[in-house]
Amino acid sequence: MNALVEELLPPPTAQTQLARPLLQVQELSLEYASQGRLLRAAHQLSFEVLEGDRFVLLGASGCGKSSLLKAIGGFIEPAEGQVLLDGQPVHGPGPDRVAVFQEFDQLPPWKTVLANVMFPLLASGLPGGGLPGRAGHAGRAGKAEVRERAMHWLAKVGLADFAHSYPHQLSGGMKQRVAIARALAMGPRVLLMDEPFAALDALTRRRMQEELLQLWEQERFTLIFVTHSIEESLVVGNRILLLSPHPGRVRAELNAQQFGLHSQGSTEFQAQAQRIHRLLFTTGKP
Amino acid sequence: MSIVTPFPQLLQAQRPEYELDLPPMPAYTREHRLPLPQRLWQLTVLRRGLLLALLALFWELGARWADNELLLPSFSQTAQAFVDGIQSGELLSRAGLSLGLLLQGYALGVVLSLALTALAVSTRLGRDLLATLTAMFNPLPAIALLPLALLWFGLGAKSLIFVLVHAVLWPLALNTYAGFQSVPDTLRMAGRNYGLKGLRFVWQILVPSALPSILSGLRVAWAFAWRTLIAAELFFGASSGRGGLGWYIFQNRNELLTDRVFAGLAFVILIGLAVEGLVFNTVERLTVQRWGMQRR
Repeated sequence: MNALVEELLPPPTAQTQLARPLLQVQELSLEYASQGRLLRAAHQLSFEVLEGDRFVLLGASGCGKSSLLKAIGGFIEPAEGQVLLDGQPVHGPGPDRVAVFQEFDQLPPWKTVLANVMFPLLASGLPGGGLPGRAGHAGRAGKAEVRERAMHWLAKVGLADFAHSYPHQLSGGMKQRVAIARALAMGPRVLLMDEPFAALDALTRRRMQEELLQLWEQERFTLIFVTHSIEESLVVGNRILLLSPHPGRVRAELNAQQFGLHSQGSTEFQAQAQRIHRLLFTTGKP
Repeated sequence: MSIVTPFPQLLQAQRPEYELDLPPMPAYTREHRLPLPQRLWQLTVLRRGLLLALLALFWELGARWADNELLLPSFSQTAQAFVDGIQSGELLSRAGLSLGLLLQGYALGVVLSLALTALAVSTRLGRDLLATLTAMFNPLPAIALLPLALLWFGLGAKSLIFVLVHAVLWPLALNTYAGFQSVPDTLRMAGRNYGLKGLRFVWQILVPSALPSILSGLRVAWAFAWRTLIAAELFFGASSGRGGLGWYIFQNRNELLTDRVFAGLAFVILIGLAVEGLVFNTVERLTVQRWGMQRR
C-alpha cells in the first residue's frame, strides 16, 4: 500500500466513533480445496459494517464475494482471520445471520408459503424479537404467536393473500419475497443477500429493489448485499466494498447513500458508476 | 446495549471513502498442497480399509474370548481356511460358477426392467402394467418362487436364472421409473426440441438424467440377486452335482467345518465389496459425480 493512501486512511478505530460496528471482518482469507490443492478465493479482507448499513459487496465473478458472504454466514471456515458479530467471533451458521440466496429452490417445496416462513421460527425456537414491540420478549415463541409474526411479515412483502399457496405456484419474484419475509421474520442481526434479484427479469428486479428499500426505510435492518451490477450496488447500498478478482482483495470502499432509484440518470450517479468501473477493471499503481 | 446515535445516517455519511492500489499477488499464496496426512485421509480406500481392519480385530478378540471354534472360528482361522480354499482352487471354481449364473440372471433382469420402464414412460397402459406388476411381485420373495421354478425348469441353471430375474426386475424397475418421473420438465422439453422421440428420447435424455436413481436401483438389485442366489444354492447345487458358493457353505456346515463356512461367507462379502468399490463406485465417479448430479 503506498504512503499517500495510508495518509488518507484514518485508522480503523476512528470509525468506531461514528456508530458501533455491528460486524467486523478482520484480515479474512478464504481457501477452498480443489483436486488436492488449496486455492485462495479471498485474501486478507478487512472491513466494518455498521448497524443499519446497506452494505454492498461488489465485484466481478471470481472475486470471492459469494464465498465471503458464506464465511460471514458461517457456512465456510476462514483459512485465516475472523468475522466478529457484536464483537464475538462467528463459528458456524446461526439464526442471527440469515441468508437469502439467488436460487429459487431455497424454499422447501413441501411447505406452504406461511409454513415456510413459520418453520425457521419454530425450528430455531427464537424469542419474539422479530415482531415489532416485542423486542426482548423472552421464552420460546408459541405457535399462534409465530403464525401472527409470519403473517405480519408476509403482509409486509405483499404476499398475505398467497399464504396458503405452495412455492411452485409462485413466480420467481414472489419466491424471493417469501425468502425475504422468512429471513426478516427471524429478526436477524444481519440479513445476508447473495445476488437475490439476479435471476429475475429487469422490471421485476427494479420493483424488488424498490420494495427492499421501502422495507429498509420502515425496519432499518442491517443488510449485506452481494451483487455484480454496478447500478444495483449504487441503488441498493449506502456503502460499497469493491473487490478485485483472483483472489478477492479489497480495492476500495465508497459511499452510495446519496443515490436511489430516482437518481439513476443523474450526472453524479453516472460519475460514481464510471469511477467504480475504473476501479474494478484496473489494479491502480502496483 | 446499543449506543444511541440521534442521526445515524448523518454519521455514517462521514465515513471517508478510500481506494487501495493492489500490488501483484505473489503466486505462492494462491496454491499450495494439502499436508500428507490430510491427503491420505482423502483416500476412501484407506478409510474403509481402516474400518475393515478394526472389524477384523474385534472379530479376532471376540472369537478368542468365546473360545469355541465350532461355533465361532477366529479371524485368523477363517483367513487360513480362505487361503487354503483359494490355493486348492475349490473356492474359486465355486465362486466362478455362482458368479456366472448371477451375471446371466442380473443382465437379463436389467434388460427386462429397462424394457418395462421404457414401455411405462411412453404409454399409459405400460405405466399401469408396471405399477400393477411391481405391486404384485415386488413383495414376493424370490425364494418362494423356487419350488415353482423347479417344477417348470427342473433342477438346474434355468430355475436359478428365473428366480434371479425375479429378484432383480422389480426393485430395479421401481427405481428406474421413479428416476424417470423426477426428470425436470425443462430437460424433457429440451430433448423433444432436438427432435428426440421414443427409445432415443429414453436412452439419451431420460436414462442419463435418471442415472442416480437407476444406479441405486442397480445396487439394490445386485444385493438382492446375491442373496437370492446363495439362498437358492443352499437348497441344491447350481447344476446337478456341481454347486456354487451357497452349496459350498451348506456342504461344509454339514461336515461341521465351521471355519470353511466362514470362509465361504467371507468370499461372498468380499465379492460384494469388490463389485461395490470397483464397479458401482467407478461408474458413479465417471458419470453422476462428474456431472455434478450427486455430491461427492
